[in-house]
Amino acid sequence: MTMQITKDDLVDATQADDRSIDELYARRRAPLIERHGARIRAFFAAVLPPMIVLTILLGIWQLLCIKPTSALPSPSRIWSEANDLILHPFFIAGPQDIGLGWRVLTSLQRVAIGFGLASGAGVLLGVIVGQSRWAMRGLDPLFQVLRTVPPLAWLPISLAAFRDSHPSAIFVIFITSIWPIIINTAVGVRNIPQDYRNVAAVLRLNHLEFFWKIMIPSAAPYIFTGLRIGVGLSWLAIVAAEMLTGGVGIGFFIWDAWNSSRLSDIFVALAYIGVTGFVLDRIVAAIGAFATRGAQAS
Amino acid sequence: MSYLRIDHVDKVFTSGARATRVLEAVDLSVEKGRFVTIIGHSGCGKSTLLNIVAGLVSASAGGVVLENRQVDTPGPDRAVVFQNHSLLPWLTVYDNVRLAVDKVFSRKKSRAERHDWTMRNLELVQMTHAKDKRPSEISGGMKQRVGIARALAMEPKVLLLDEPFGALDALTRAHLQDQVMALHRTLGNTVMMITHDVDEAVLLSDRIVMMTNGPCATIGETLDVALPRPRDRVTLSTDPHYLECRRRVLQFLYERHHYVEAA
Ligand SMILES: Nc1ncnc2c1ncn2[C@@H]1O[C@H](COP(=O)(O)OP(=O)(O)OP(=O)(O)O)[C@@H](O)[C@H]1O
Ligand SMILES: [Mg+2]
Repeated sequence: MTMQITKDDLVDATQADDRSIDELYARRRAPLIERHGARIRAFFAAVLPPMIVLTILLGIWQLLCIKPTSALPSPSRIWSEANDLILHPFFIAGPQDIGLGWRVLTSLQRVAIGFGLASGAGVLLGVIVGQSRWAMRGLDPLFQVLRTVPPLAWLPISLAAFRDSHPSAIFVIFITSIWPIIINTAVGVRNIPQDYRNVAAVLRLNHLEFFWKIMIPSAAPYIFTGLRIGVGLSWLAIVAAEMLTGGVGIGFFIWDAWNSSRLSDIFVALAYIGVTGFVLDRIVAAIGAFATRGAQAS
Repeated sequence: MSYLRIDHVDKVFTSGARATRVLEAVDLSVEKGRFVTIIGHSGCGKSTLLNIVAGLVSASAGGVVLENRQVDTPGPDRAVVFQNHSLLPWLTVYDNVRLAVDKVFSRKKSRAERHDWTMRNLELVQMTHAKDKRPSEISGGMKQRVGIARALAMEPKVLLLDEPFGALDALTRAHLQDQVMALHRTLGNTVMMITHDVDEAVLLSDRIVMMTNGPCATIGETLDVALPRPRDRVTLSTDPHYLECRRRVLQFLYERHHYVEAA
C-alpha cells in the first residue's frame, strides 16, 4: 500500500518537473527588458543617483553665480566660454594651443614613467624591508618620515639635481608614489603565512623561485593596495609639479589659464583631471582584482 | 639497521630570557616501509618533533639520521602534509602538485614526463576531476588529498603527516584513512604521522609512539600493532588484538598521562 502511494507520488513529481521546465522555456522567450531586467536596474541604480546629485549641485552653483559680477563663472558661462575644450579634446591649433585630451596624455606619459619606476623600485625595496628584520629596523623609520614630505617640497632639490624640468617632474612623481608601495609591499611580505614558507623550504625553492612563486603572489593584494595609493599620489603630484615646471601638461595649462584670467578653462581642466584620476584609480584596482583573483587563503 | 633514527633530540624554545624545554631525550627508530604514528595530548610537542624530522625546526641537541645521513635542513626527501593543507591558493590543484614535481624532477624528467607524473599522483588520490580548480573551490577533504598527492609526488623517503585529517568530519576522515592505507600498501612508503585519535592510530600504524605531557615531553611508551594488512575497520572493531591495542593507548593517555591544562 505504502509502496503504491510512493510510486504515484513519483509519477506526479516527474510531471510537475516537466511543467516547470516548460515554464522555464517560456521565461527564456520573454522580452529583452524582462530578461535583462536585473542588470538594467543595477545599471540605473549605479548611474542615476550621482546624475541627480550632479544636476542639483550644478543648479545651486548656477543660482549662486548667476550675477554677471560674481567672482566665479556659472556653469552656463563656462559652457559658452569653453565648450570648445569640452567638445574637442584632441584639436591641435599650434605648438602651445592643443586640446585638453593631448595635455592629459602628456601628463599621463610622465606619470607612466615616474610611477613605473616607483613600482619596480618600491616593490624591490619593500621585499628587502619585509624580508630582513635589520633592514626593517634601519629603514622603516626613515620611510615613515620621508613619506610625509609633500610632493612639491622635493621639486627644488630635483630641479637643482637634474637642471631640467622634464626629469624633475618625473622624479617628483617617483619620490611621491614610492613610499606607499614600499610600505605596503613590506607588510605583505611580512605577512606571508609560515605554511607557504614551509612549503618553499621543503621544496628547496631558491631565492628567485621563492620571489616569483611564493612572495609576489602571496603579497599581491598588499602590493596592489600600495600601487593604488601610489597612482593617486602620482596624479596629485604631476599636476602640482607641472604648474611650476611648464611644458604642455594639464597642470601648466591651469597655471597659464590663471595668468590670462580664463577661469572657465580652469574649471574644465579640473573636470578632466578629476575624471582621469578616477579612471587611473579604477584601472589599477581592476588589474589588482584580476591579478589577485583566488589569492586569498581559504 | 634502522632507516630513520631520531637520536636523543632535545628542543628548547627561548623567547627573551624565558626558555621552555619542550622535548627531552626523544629516541626513536623506524624501519623502512613502516607506518608509525605519534600520539599525545595537545601541546606536548608532536608537531615540534615532526618539524625537527622535516628540518623546518632545528633540534637544540641530538639529531635526525635518515639512511645513514644526518638531516638538519628541509628537503623533498621528507615531504610534509600539513594539518591545514597549505596549498597555495593562487595555483590550481594541478599547478600545486606540478610546482613540486617541476622542482624535484627538474633534471630527471622531461616536460611530458613531469606532466604524466603530476597526473599519476592526482589519480592516486582521485583528484583528476578537479585538477583545474583552485583550493578555495574544493572541500576540506579534497584539499587534504591534494596535499597528500603533492607530498607523494616528491617520491619522499619519509612521508610526514601532521594531523592530516584533524579538521575533517568523521566520514571523510574514515574515507581518507582507507585511502592512505591503500597508498601505503601499494607504494610502501615509510610514514610518520601525528594524530590524537586513538582509533586512527591503531588502524593505520605498525607502531604507535605515545608521548608524555610537556614540558619536557618524551616518548613514554611504544606499542607494536601486529594486525595483518589489509585492515578493515569493520572486522577489526571486534578483533581482540585491536581492542587490546586500543585499550593500552587509552590507558596511557587517560590514566597515566591524562591531560593537564597548561599551567
Ligand atoms: N616557535 C615556538 N616558540 C616557542 N614555543 C613554541 C614554539 N612552537 C611551539 N612551541 C611550544 O611548544 C609546545 C609544543 O608545541 P607543538 O605545536 O609541538 O604541540 P603539539 O603536540 O603539536 O600540539 P597540537 O596537538 O595542539 O598540535 C607548546 O607548548 C608550544 O607552546
Ligand atoms: Mg601540532
